Amino acid sequence: MANEPVHSDPAATTPHAAAHEHHHPTWQTYVKIGAILTAITVAEVWAYYIPSLVASRVFVPMLLIMSAVKFVTVVMFYMHLKYDHKLFRVLFTGPMLIAAITLISLLFLFGQLKAKFGN
Amino acid sequence: MSAPAAHHYTSTGLDSRKIAIWAFIGSECMLFVSLISTYLIYKGKSLVGPFPHDPYTSATGQTFPPILDIPVTSGSTFVLLMSSLAMVLALAAVQNKDVPKHTRGERIIGSSKLWLWMTALLGATFLCFQAYEFTAFVNEGLTIRTNLFGSSFFTLTGFHGAHVTAGVIWLVSLLAIDYRRGLGPNDALNVDLAALYWHFVDVVWIVIFTLVYLIK
Repeated sequence: MANEPVHSDPAATTPHAAAHEHHHPTWQTYVKIGAILTAITVAEVWAYYIPSLVASRVFVPMLLIMSAVKFVTVVMFYMHLKYDHKLFRVLFTGPMLIAAITLISLLFLFGQLKAKFGN
Repeated sequence: MSAPAAHHYTSTGLDSRKIAIWAFIGSECMLFVSLISTYLIYKGKSLVGPFPHDPYTSATGQTFPPILDIPVTSGSTFVLLMSSLAMVLALAAVQNKDVPKHTRGERIIGSSKLWLWMTALLGATFLCFQAYEFTAFVNEGLTIRTNLFGSSFFTLTGFHGAHVTAGVIWLVSLLAIDYRRGLGPNDALNVDLAALYWHFVDVVWIVIFTLVYLIK
């Protein structure tokens, strides 16, 4: 049975569910996160233009790590997954996990993992 | 003054629309991973050029430079990242609409119309970048039918562009509501749903930018 609409919280939760949440960051925090995301993007592009780095074994893992940091930062702070209800985390990370396993499996099956990391 | 919004609570105490958007985003993750997988599997298997990172000389002696334009795409990536910042500020402005604003700075930060406009314009700018890129590729001899790279690249980035277009339309509809009756704390969930979708489109591009453009 659906719960009664008790209040009009911006996060659209009843007080019971809201107990699992925290306050969202301030606009200053959002701007700082934007600056961090920009800095990482600049670092990624900068790395792309260094031939010795591109030729090295660390290039691809380094880019993947920087990309993952940006991904997680946006999801946790801008999408508020860090502050929201656990169910939303499950709804996102579950399919993400399946997708990641599928991607790695396909790359492995088609021999692309070796081509990317085994040079 | 904003009109009160109807909530659809579930037995979890959470609004069904927010659960639905997260479930939708989860399914979209799998869609984009299937497209990215296809791109990566076909990567380096094109028999004829143009190629993404290497020059190509055809049988007729025509030379094609590497097709990807990293400076342009870096610019469009920055634009999309900044649109996410504008979106989160728009949501904060709607949530804090009832908080009194005393200074000019507080009024700017608290203006939902400004940040929604900013997000929509940055989204539209990203689409202009993409249109420019697609046009340049076609002029340089790469279409969706040219080779495996062209097929998988246009499909992946085209799908992403279609999602950005849908997001811009969603943002414009929120702006129309804001101008008609004003968006307030009671509308925060509606803006939150659009914001989640918009940020998702942004995170997909973060992955595409690295895997397609930067990794050779």
